[in-house]
Amino acid sequence: MQRVIAGFTAGLTFGAGLVISGMSNPLKVQNFLDVFGNWDPSLAFVMGGAILVAFPFFRLVRRLPKPFVADDFRLPTLQQIDGRLILGSATFGAGWGLIGLCPGPALVSLSLLSPQAIVFVFCMTSGMLLARAVANLSLQKAQRQVR
Amino acid sequence: MITDFTPYTSLAGGVLIGLSAVILLLTNGRIAGISGIYSRLFESSRLANGRSAWLHGEKSWQLAFVGGLVLAPLLLMSGGLEIEQVFTGDLSLIAIAGVLVGFGSVFGNGCTSGHGVCGLSRLSIRSLAATVTFMSVGAVVVFVMRHLVGG
Repeated sequence: MQRVIAGFTAGLTFGAGLVISGMSNPLKVQNFLDVFGNWDPSLAFVMGGAILVAFPFFRLVRRLPKPFVADDFRLPTLQQIDGRLILGSATFGAGWGLIGLCPGPALVSLSLLSPQAIVFVFCMTSGMLLARAVANLSLQKAQRQVR
Repeated sequence: MITDFTPYTSLAGGVLIGLSAVILLLTNGRIAGISGIYSRLFESSRLANGRSAWLHGEKSWQLAFVGGLVLAPLLLMSGGLEIEQVFTGDLSLIAIAGVLVGFGSVFGNGCTSGHGVCGLSRLSIRSLAATVTFMSVGAVVVFVMRHLVGG
């Protein structure tokens, strides 16, 4: 139950941050990407503020044996830059530029109940399931080759 | 269409996002990567050992996180805040963008939150490469749409 409350608090804080920062407005995000046009550098301040707060704690947890309400820390261990990372990020960037929504602001928009938000989240979810299926398939193929 | 540069509210919102990442890290020991948290909700509800992922796994806090995310604007609106959303494309473009964002963020193991905020805070080279990639491609797409095609 503690983990659920912690998750909910983190989600609520994240959502409030996205709305207050203006990042729930796709036009504002697109204007950040429009460096040679109506450039609005606000997004850089959002990321800067977030990193400034989070950075010292990611250093601190290296010295903590375990988190407060869970058994272990699960932080990414991958270090290698591979084709999948770049291809995925490029695909994500293309969609992000087209409309100005990434997964966080898209989910936040859901409660505004606009047809745009609902269509976006539905299609985003389908894309995610497709990516998981493709990733699982290539994993199985790799495992078969090892055997 | 121009939007106002909002350094103060954007910095304040960013601080809240950073705080959220810290809360999740210190309590649950997990990365606040939204594409990862949300997409894993649709994975099997059984763990490898056959036990329920809702009772013994990660799903219940992941759902609570997404619930908090969705509820946040309602709470702010009930406090009197007006939330502006301007879409520049029609529903078919929105659908295409949605599929690309969903596929790309899961295939590339992260989006603006996981790679952009948490990854850069961890000084991860992978996340730096991902962030530079999605920002550059996003900027190129906006440039082509607004200045070459849209005119």
